[in-house]
Parts: sequence; C-alpha cells; structure tokens
Amino acid sequence: MALNAEESGRLAALLGGHAEQVTQRWTDIVASSLRGRLSHAELRRQVEDLHRAIVGAGEQGAIDLSAEHAAELRAALSELSRGRARQGFSATETTISIFALKDVLADLVQGSATADALHDYVAFSKLVDELGLFTFESFVRTRESLIADQAEQLLELSTPVVKLWEGVVAVPLVGTLDSARAQVVMERLLQTLVDTGSPYAIIDITGVPAVDTQVAQHILKTVVAARLMGADCIISGIRPQIAQTIVALGIEFGDIATKASLADALRHVLRLNGVETARRQPRRDV
Amino acid sequence: MTTGVDLGQPQAQAVRSDEDVVRVRQLVRTVAVAVKLSLVDQTKVVTAASELARNTLVYGGGGTVEVTTVENGRRKGVRIVFADSGPGIADLDLALTDGYTTGGGLGLGLSGSRRLVDEFEIDTSAETGTRITVTKWSR
Amino acid sequence: MERVPILKIGDILLVSIQLDMSDQTAVQLQEDLAERIVATGCHGVIIDITALDIVDSFVGRMLSTIASISKVLDAETVVVGMRPAVAITLVELGLSLNGIRTALNVERGMELIAAARADELDHQLDDDPDAETATP
Repeated sequence: MALNAEESGRLAALLGGHAEQVTQRWTDIVASSLRGRLSHAELRRQVEDLHRAIVGAGEQGAIDLSAEHAAELRAALSELSRGRARQGFSATETTISIFALKDVLADLVQGSATADALHDYVAFSKLVDELGLFTFESFVRTRESLIADQAEQLLELSTPVVKLWEGVVAVPLVGTLDSARAQVVMERLLQTLVDTGSPYAIIDITGVPAVDTQVAQHILKTVVAARLMGADCIISGIRPQIAQTIVALGIEFGDIATKASLADALRHVLRLNGVETARRQPRRDV
Repeated sequence: MTTGVDLGQPQAQAVRSDEDVVRVRQLVRTVAVAVKLSLVDQTKVVTAASELARNTLVYGGGGTVEVTTVENGRRKGVRIVFADSGPGIADLDLALTDGYTTGGGLGLGLSGSRRLVDEFEIDTSAETGTRITVTKWSR
Repeated sequence: MERVPILKIGDILLVSIQLDMSDQTAVQLQEDLAERIVATGCHGVIIDITALDIVDSFVGRMLSTIASISKVLDAETVVVGMRPAVAITLVELGLSLNGIRTALNVERGMELIAAARADELDHQLDDDPDAETATP
C-alpha cells in the first residue's frame, strides 16, 4: 500500500512545486461538497495543514501511515476527522475532503507528460485511499466515543437520588430498567446513603412500566446491600400489574417494606423515627 | 470459556502462607486499577481472588497465582490463574453448589467467586491438581 | 504479625480495621476482643470497616463469630462503615452476615448500641417482680 521512497519523493515534489495551485483547487472541491457549511478560509487552513503534512512526510522518505515519521500526517488526519465528527458532518462529507486530492493529482499528472505518469497516478491514488480509510476509521472512533459519553450522561440524568427528609433519601425510577441502569442506580443510591448518612432509602417504581425477574432481582439486591451497610429500603409505587407479575414470577420480597405511594413510604419512615405526622387539623379548645 | 488475547508477561505470586493471600489481593488490585475496572468490579475481582487464593492454600496445599492483562477488542480485562498440585476436587458439581464445604468454611468460595467474575474455567484431577482461570472485563 | 488495636471509649470498645488483614490477624482480633470484653466489662463493640476495600467470606465469618461471642459475653456488636462496593460484592458472593447489626457510621453505631441497651434495661425492669411491688 505504502509508497516507496522514490514515489514519495516525486509526490512531495509534485505537490510542493504547485503548492498554491494544489491548495486552491483542493479547497474548491471540498467547499462545493460541503455546500458552504464551513467557511472558505477555514477549509483553506485545513487543506494547507494536510498539504504540509503530506509533503513533509514525502520528503522524509517512503510514506507509510504506520511509520514513525508519519506521526504528523496521522495527527493532521485525526484532527480533521475529529473536528468534522463533532460538527455533525457525515462520514462521506468527511472522507471526501481527502479523496478530493485524487482529482487534484489527476490534473497535475495530466499536465506533466512523463512516461511514469500513469504508474505514479495509480500509486498516489492508492495512498489517497489509505489516507481516506484512516480518516474514516478515526471519524468512526470519535463518533463512538461521543455516543458512549452521551449514553453515560443520559444514565446520570435518568437516575436522580434526592434527599426527602433528614435521614431519608429517595430514588424515583422512571422508564425501563435494564441491567446496566439498575446497576448505576444501585451504586448511586448506596453511595448517597454513605455521603448523607441517611439510614432510610425509598425506591419509588411508579414510573417503571414493567418489572421482569432481572429487574426485581436488582431491586432486591439493592435492598440487601443497603441492609448490609446499615440502612433500610422501602419500595413504593408498585402498580397492580407489577404486583401481579411479581407474584406470578414467584419473586419473594420477604420482609421488605412495600408501600402504595411515595407519600405513604415517607410517612412510614417518619413514624419509625417518632416524627408526628398530622393527618387532620388538631382540634383547638376554646 | 476464555476469550481475548494476553498482553505482556504474567505476574506471578507463590501462595504458601496467609500473608501470600494478602499479596495476591494487592497484586490483583494493582492490575485491576491499571486496566480501569470500575470500583465495584475491582472489588468483585479482588474478593474472588482472595477466595480462590485461600482455596489454593487450604485445599491445594499451596501453589501459584498468575495475573495477566488481557484484551478483547476495545475492552481490557484482568485474568488470574490459580494452580496447585493438590488432591484435586472429587465432585466438581457438588463443589460448585452454594453452601457445600469440606473445609469448615461457609461453602461460598467456588460458587460465590464464579458469580463475581465474567469467565470461570476449572480444570481438576487427582494427578495434576487444580487449575482455575478467571477473567473480569472492563465495561 | 500485625495486630488490630482495640480502643475503649466509655462503655464501648471500638475496633477500626485499617489494614488488609491476613487470616491470622483476623483470628487474633477475634481472640483479643473476647478478652477485652471480659476485662473491661463493656456492653458494646463497634467494628469500623470504612477502610476495608474488600470483605471476603473469611472476614465475613470472623465478623459473625465476633458478634456471636460478644452476645454470649453480654455485649452488642455493630459493624459500621461498609463501603457500597463491598456491600454489592457481598450480596453477589451470597454472604448475608446473619446475626450482625450494621450502621452507616460510628455515630449511628453508638446510637444503635445505646438504644439496644435502653431496651434491655426496660425489659429487665419489667421482668423484675420486685420493681413492681417496690412502688406503692
């Protein structure tokens, strides 16, 4: 795939010798493909960076993307694809910035009528393909890490642990609980118990549409783990269908306190703590 | 079932005494931190290593523990091999049952550690002793 | 071999485990504690495991044994400060630490022992027929 030293030298000379013409033509091709979503000046700067990196690598001998002296070239390509991925460009729009070099080279090679012209063009073309693939790979990697980051942020967002009262924290669970999310909820709830020194936790599952064996197991494990740490969990908001599923699945909730609503659960905890909760207005003697 | 490729030289620790079990825990923790396991996963794999290293000492009459870093695509992991030349495990199915013990323990060593790791492989015979390989992958 | 120090604070013995214990150290702690309970006549033992990054079945069994021994010697044991990761691992391992009282931190542990103590004294008064008749 890689160019040998002579070919690299010729490529560097060709690109270096017509620097102005090359960057101009290259920028124009890329600009038309992106339809004005990046400014001409910005594109020109990016193209100049790539141009410099390729010429630089060519002058130092055989261009091989995996070689030591191609580090600058790799960095230039990665930077381009990272930028494009973050700005929301598609994979095609990103790699076309590299493949545009083929058109530029075709013009140049046609102009110089040497015997090796065809041979060189095929070799250069292969190199451009390689550069394009590298760019595509790093584009995909950037996108994957973006997705992973977002998934993590979403998990954080979807599992708030709130302090309800002195010594009482609650997790209102909303949406489907899968294994990964259940684990995050469990860890965060237990950590909050430690951080706030709260001996009571209420897990409210009003917003959970369905409970399967695995989810129920996760909730049970959380309750047992909290107990090991010296805290009590109360489960609230079990809807009729879920109660039926729990019984049908034969899941044993044992001696875990369950309450119909979050309010009932809080009242239960406060009563355990000896806090009086007034249900009615106290009668006043006149 | 073991997957992934080994990276680098395994770090070995002989298990001859109580203190060696402590050293195994510390070695496994260092490697688990290096491959960026989450705190809970670190705790799980170190606990499993502690149980299995103690088995090596108590039932296998001592042996060796080897810790390696492994890689499987984008995930890294820690792989630990516990080897002894003891009498082997006579009834493997029974030994993997919760609560079964011959040594006066709680009977959670083998079955419990299996739940704490992602991959668990056991190879035992009266002639060659017991060799247990466990792997924990980063998420 | 290293030993775990046992501190006496009022009517309570406080054990703060700070090192990665070998099995032998754990067994030693068990023996030391039994002796100290008898020697001091304390009615409460708090074992602080905040610094422990793992609890395996051996340490779990030690904690259970300490709780049982101190019960026989008329002292209440509370294990405090278990880390979330340790608790999750213990659940997965299948270790339930039956018969052990737990609290989030030393302060809560002391409250728990005080409450247990107060309950017991109440019961003793109730059970004692002289206490009833003594009041006119």
